[in-house]
Amino acid sequence: MDKFTVHVGTAVPLRRGNVDTDQIIPAVYLKRVTRTGFEDGLFQAWRANEPGFVLNQPQFAGASVLVAGPDFGTGSSREHAVWALMDYGFRVVISPRFADIFRGNSLKAGLLTVELPEKIVQRLLDDIEDDPATTVTIDLTDRQVRWTPSGSVRPEHETEVHDFALDDYTRWRLMEGLDDIGLTLRHLDEVATYETQRKPWLPAVAV
Amino acid sequence: MGKTLAEKLWDSHVVHSAPGEPDLLFIDMHLVHEVTSPQAFDGLRIAGRPVHRPDLTLATEDHNTPTDYTLPLLGTSSIKDDVSRTQIETLRKNCADFGVRLYPMGDAEQGIVHVIGPQLGITQPGMTIVCGDSHTSTHGAFGALAFGIGTSQVEHVLATQTLPMDRPKTMAVNVNGTLPEGVTPKDVILAVIAKTGTGGGQGYMVEYRGNVFAEMSMEGRMTVCNMSIEWGARAGMIAPDDTTFAYLQGRDHAPKGELWDAAVEYWRDLRTDDDAGFDAEVTLAAADITPFVTWGTNPGQGVPLAATVPDPADFADESDRVAAEKALAYMGLTAGTPLREIAVDTVFVGSCTNGRIEDLRAAAAVIEGRKVADSVRMLVVPGSMRVRKQAEDEGLDRIFTAAGAEWRQAGCSMCLGMNPDQLAPGERSASTSNRNFEGRQGKGGRTHLVSPLVAAATAVTGHLASPADL
Repeated sequence: MDKFTVHVGTAVPLRRGNVDTDQIIPAVYLKRVTRTGFEDGLFQAWRANEPGFVLNQPQFAGASVLVAGPDFGTGSSREHAVWALMDYGFRVVISPRFADIFRGNSLKAGLLTVELPEKIVQRLLDDIEDDPATTVTIDLTDRQVRWTPSGSVRPEHETEVHDFALDDYTRWRLMEGLDDIGLTLRHLDEVATYETQRKPWLPAVAV
Repeated sequence: MGKTLAEKLWDSHVVHSAPGEPDLLFIDMHLVHEVTSPQAFDGLRIAGRPVHRPDLTLATEDHNTPTDYTLPLLGTSSIKDDVSRTQIETLRKNCADFGVRLYPMGDAEQGIVHVIGPQLGITQPGMTIVCGDSHTSTHGAFGALAFGIGTSQVEHVLATQTLPMDRPKTMAVNVNGTLPEGVTPKDVILAVIAKTGTGGGQGYMVEYRGNVFAEMSMEGRMTVCNMSIEWGARAGMIAPDDTTFAYLQGRDHAPKGELWDAAVEYWRDLRTDDDAGFDAEVTLAAADITPFVTWGTNPGQGVPLAATVPDPADFADESDRVAAEKALAYMGLTAGTPLREIAVDTVFVGSCTNGRIEDLRAAAAVIEGRKVADSVRMLVVPGSMRVRKQAEDEGLDRIFTAAGAEWRQAGCSMCLGMNPDQLAPGERSASTSNRNFEGRQGKGGRTHLVSPLVAAATAVTGHLASPADL
């Protein structure tokens, strides 16, 4: 997993709430057995059916930050949703609220999910729609999101600086680029001890 | 202060705990299917790691399997879609390579992963159960801590039989009183979701409490817990009681003899202590709940069957209003239309939500002696091969086929568009499944989530209906 410290990139405004993982990647793309190449499936229905969909707009090409409405990533636990976003080039998703499983999957895979209050996300959406060249800085070291409005709507060029919450452990793991399994294997002796104390009636399957 | 059921389950599975770190939880059973596992097995292979506890791992094939094959099966040739077949074959190879028990398509024990665990007696009170599938919350009906995980976590559990997890908060959903006639567990959970919204359970382990859940069958409790994820809850559970023990006793993997007695004694303590507190509570009155159906494109967009399609302008919250407008456009519905006037062309009875024997019995009781409307195609898909056999032993298959419904092999079927059972663009279904997302049942398909009773009545009339309308 790549280390994540500071990311700077342009952003895509996805002004929709309740974006479920069936929309992020339809079930038909889940049949692959590889771990890469899911970018084709990202928001496939919306990309195919809505010419004006943000990912179809050339001014947002090459963006690496996705800014979305509340309750992003609800529904199915498919991790392919995270892979599709990463394969497409996203490193960060910003939303007022994420579904738990999606958020867990993202942070394990190295896609940073950033929760900011809805009002601030609205402002960010306004600013990147106003000027798609706006760069957004996501600084995991300071747990901050920063951007400078550069469009015509808010020309005062006052840099927006907002703290976001992320627990110390996850932050450390992301900054070090550490694999969860490797971390757990350090506790194998404790696992072995636990295994000797399990209830004798618990089911096991013959293999 | 005492502990909630969720806290007891959590605490009894902590392998390692340190300040500022997630707890490391031991996983008692890991259920595996073909869709969310291939990349996990691949990860093990790349790292040269074995499956730590193959004896606590069980695999089945359900999402991709067609449901119109005839037995006996020869290999995977009945799967026409190349990619689906590859996924099934990959699971078979992975299970063989890593020594994991698999119930393949056509096997007498095959079925939807959340149906076979309980019917084998593998799902027991007090356990932690995970699966790379969000509807794993189903198993919480037994007083287990059960939740869906992603593929990275599948790999983690395969490699270590543990998961690092931050402890969620606890919530109680209280439903007391008497449910009106014709109101099913599906209606109860749809009413809960409509009240809380799709994000209402976010960050919580939910315990369903009150006489309504205590009086439900295990099948009903599984329907309720199954849809916990549809309102964002991390897990849903119901304290085990005599109903749970009666369901379990004698099943293949249930404890026997003295171990059974010891287990029951332990299980009886798996309930929320009287002096324990929840971080949040939601309360509904049973008497207020009526047959519920969804009109929109998320499971929270539901109303009583007697109601009309809501007007987006009536939503106070802007994002709810926008969502409603978008949903009505996708669903091809007009505000103010009575739900009962909405015609469907497909009825699906099945899925991990409502594909158990009791669901099939309920639907069969409504449809017996009646005919599926000419304009409707009705698919009845048992949740497992065992459910299928039991239904056939009871003659339910003949009731369905006599009415003009299709009687199918076990699998996820039309719950999700991964196998040949799909809606065509613009088609509209009344479905006993769990998700009405855009395109969930097939590209452009429109889904109304309903109970098995409403599904069967709808199949007869051709428009959304309850048995009382017949």
